[in-house]
Amino acid sequence: MGEEKEEYSIIGRPLIKVDAMAKVTGETKFADDLALPRMLHAKLLRSPHPHARILSIDTGPAEALPGVHAVLTGRALPIKFGILPVSQDEEALATEKVRYVGDPVAAVAAVDEETAEAACRLIRVEYEVLPALMSVGEALAREDVRIHDYGPRGNIHKEVALEFGDVEEGFAQADHVREDVFFYEGSTHLPMEQHAALAAHGPDGKLCLWSSTQTPHYVHRALAKVLELPASHIRVIALPNGGGFGGKSDPFSHEIVVCKLSMLTGRPVKICLTREEVFYAHRGRHPVTLWFKTGVTRGGAITAMHFRSYLDGGAYGSYGVASLYYTGALQTVTYRVPRYKFEGVRVFTNKPPCGPKRGHGTPQPRCALEVHLDKLAEALGLDPSEMRRRHLVQPNSVTVNQLRIGTVGLGECLDRVVERSGWKAKHRKLPFGHGIGVAGSAYISGAGLPIYWNALPHSGVQIKIDRGGGVAVFCGSTDIGQGSDSVLAYVAAEELGIEPEDIRVVTADTDLTPVDLGSYSSRVTLMTGNATIQAARKLKAQLFEAAGEKLGVPFDRLRAAHRRIFDRDNPEAGIGFVEAAVLAEAKFGTLGAVGSYTPPKGLGKYKGAGVGPTPTYSYSAAVVELTVDPETGFITVDKVWLAHDIGKAINPLLVIGQIEGSVYMALGEALMEEQAFRKGVHKIPSMLEYKSPTFLETPQMESILVETLDPAGPYGAKEVGQGVLLPVVPAVLNAIYDAVGVRIDEVPASPEKIVKALEAQRRGRASGNGRLPSVTFPEPTVVQPTGA
Amino acid sequence: MVPSPTLAVNIAPLRDVHKALIRLRVNGETHEVYVPVHKTLLEVLREDLNLTGTKHGCELGECGTCTVLVDGEPVLSCLALPIELQDRDIVTVEGLAERGVPHPLQVAFAELGAAQCGYCTPGILVAAKSLLDQNPRPTLDEIKEALAGNLCRCTGYIKILEAVELAAQRMTGNWKRETGNWGTGSGA
Ligand code: FES
Ligand code: FES
Repeated sequence: MGEEKEEYSIIGRPLIKVDAMAKVTGETKFADDLALPRMLHAKLLRSPHPHARILSIDTGPAEALPGVHAVLTGRALPIKFGILPVSQDEEALATEKVRYVGDPVAAVAAVDEETAEAACRLIRVEYEVLPALMSVGEALAREDVRIHDYGPRGNIHKEVALEFGDVEEGFAQADHVREDVFFYEGSTHLPMEQHAALAAHGPDGKLCLWSSTQTPHYVHRALAKVLELPASHIRVIALPNGGGFGGKSDPFSHEIVVCKLSMLTGRPVKICLTREEVFYAHRGRHPVTLWFKTGVTRGGAITAMHFRSYLDGGAYGSYGVASLYYTGALQTVTYRVPRYKFEGVRVFTNKPPCGPKRGHGTPQPRCALEVHLDKLAEALGLDPSEMRRRHLVQPNSVTVNQLRIGTVGLGECLDRVVERSGWKAKHRKLPFGHGIGVAGSAYISGAGLPIYWNALPHSGVQIKIDRGGGVAVFCGSTDIGQGSDSVLAYVAAEELGIEPEDIRVVTADTDLTPVDLGSYSSRVTLMTGNATIQAARKLKAQLFEAAGEKLGVPFDRLRAAHRRIFDRDNPEAGIGFVEAAVLAEAKFGTLGAVGSYTPPKGLGKYKGAGVGPTPTYSYSAAVVELTVDPETGFITVDKVWLAHDIGKAINPLLVIGQIEGSVYMALGEALMEEQAFRKGVHKIPSMLEYKSPTFLETPQMESILVETLDPAGPYGAKEVGQGVLLPVVPAVLNAIYDAVGVRIDEVPASPEKIVKALEAQRRGRASGNGRLPSVTFPEPTVVQPTGA
Repeated sequence: MVPSPTLAVNIAPLRDVHKALIRLRVNGETHEVYVPVHKTLLEVLREDLNLTGTKHGCELGECGTCTVLVDGEPVLSCLALPIELQDRDIVTVEGLAERGVPHPLQVAFAELGAAQCGYCTPGILVAAKSLLDQNPRPTLDEIKEALAGNLCRCTGYIKILEAVELAAQRMTGNWKRETGNWGTGSGA
């Protein structure tokens, strides 16, 4: 896997993506671009109440409307589903209760969208309105009003308490102990493409769904369950996603509904959510209140850390159990933490469900931790970049919570951003209003465990070579703009010694392609890359054997590159790739091979140990320089330096693209984006009101790639899609403090908050986040550290 | 029925929609469509003319994704009514390449990775074309200004700015690109 070749012909080059020309010419088909003959259009009727009991639904007048072909309620789809096996709490259409404004209640298929919409308005739903619980505090206080009837108690969806080593002992050894409270507001993915899905149930009884989903495999599972069809009769095709960022990773109501409507009407049925509905579909960043208590020595070494998180989960489970565990999992993989305690809780509220957004559960604690460390460094009189640098986690070690660390490029990342930004000359030295901040971070390159715990591979690849030299790579992975289709082509081309444009990539089709679990948890390049290498090397061996025979050159001396197979010691002696393919097919029969990848098992055996392990962690460091207008609180980000331990850049152009996109998304979260509610209703369900950065707010950016060649990754590669978002948000908060001397322990750091904090400072008052929600955590599971 | 305060939809009177025969010139070709007069240009392009290259992100005039050119000026097709655009010169992303040869903007976007998911790309490409047609050597601020109405969630805008500058440079001969000194992407 990670073995190094003397030189690569494809890997490491800034090649264009295999789908780039299709994208710039408008050829790429997204889900809503599809149309089928006799296609009907669907619309969902959604709840206007944040919390209510459904007393009755009268669909009669809607059914009578000319042009309406079917009206559906939850009675026809009673089986519950959800992305995680432990939280099967969603219904395609609510049967008894609605739990947030926007919860789907009924659906219509009609000749056109307007008719479907009009029919939805004719559906009469009688509700008994229930108290709406709109915050963690309210939901905890009203144990009498339960949003769901599962979970340990009241509205607690999930609670966790883990202790690794004796933290009290660690605090006793510390020279300095500090506590901080933070609040990280929720935000949404805002993919430019609205979710769309088209279903066709054929006369042969087979069902096909085309959808803008990041996880066709899990949609496939959910459809089989809810529709009670054999999975083998269902085909799910994921179209290229017009942006995902985690927002298209759950099986959704609208996907199930169009399938059922197609089964009922015998016609293809399509739906495209409106932008407002996309805000309600959500599954975005959890709002989290966080508390850190850390003990350090005079030199800044951490002696113990105690962390608590309180997640506002919204109305359904979604990925929430994993999100909760993730808030506590990765604190230990950057700087050495010898004793660690994590307590956390996820609470149901009557808002659109939260789920995974870029960084899934880790940006909130990472932000809080990196600001907390900045404060500790200041208290100790240490340079914050230096303090981090001195106490890095060691390569090939095991953390106190039993996570296995591979290569660690964090030190070099910190060095590079510090050097490139001129940090030493700027930190605490810039004029008032100008500031600079630093932070580090780590992220997983794919989750070590699948969502359904089983022994099956996480990623499968099949390659076929035809006698014309055509190579097709089949894989279940879904291109959401990150370039996963291109990665398949680059890796196969590298191994077989041909060019990416010689390869046809077929992806994300449950009928045609081997399973890949999906485009989430930054797993795709590492897992499909390794699976592709395995499949391609089987074919390469056949090509070499056939070519070697013809050339009279021993197997070990053969190389494949530039569409030739040749003698390493005498490159003139060789044959073309097509000829080799013909010889190999004559010798071995039809040429095809499969490869698969399963991550190594994690070390931890405690409950919750499944979240955190990964084949390899990526590392990042950011320096942000910005200007704060103390009058208005308005922030201009001047420049961002971001160094990322990518392991090995399979295509540096795409790596830098992921860095720039992550930095942008981080700045949006740090400064302006918020998914906020008023009386159960989304305050800002439009792109105009939901503020996100535009071209005008684009700062200068410098991306620095650090290569550590991790043995777990294909050619040494690690992830880049998510981890680089993490250090940017706290670097912004630390830079604000450097600029104007006030701490904003809250995200987004909007102008009002800055003005308020400056005002409080002028009056000599402390500003801060004050109180934590009152929760009694269970007795912690005590895990004796093995590594550390 | 409980009316929804937040998810209200505006609907034209249902069955008796007023239809009209409309002549549209799109990418140099003339089409006749018989459509309800309230149908937007976005819908007519995508649904009646099968020109699905033009995308939508909001259908409310807020994101720029649906941008097309009308007589060389960027227009949000989700807000435009075809009946008012008869015989005007409409250009969509499908009209950028000439006889299969891509426009320099398309080449630059592909080469630099300015299209990640590619969903915002058609709208941004035509808006950028309008800018370069009128101002062949724009400053970085002028490019930002011209594209400020187009949202992109993938790229952080950097590669798009670089690609517009690169295309302008190739179309006009050399001059110094401002993004050239950003130091983006120093390798390992
Ligand atoms: S779809 Fe027209 S501006 Fe968003
Ligand atoms: S490339 Fe995805 S929105 Fe711009």
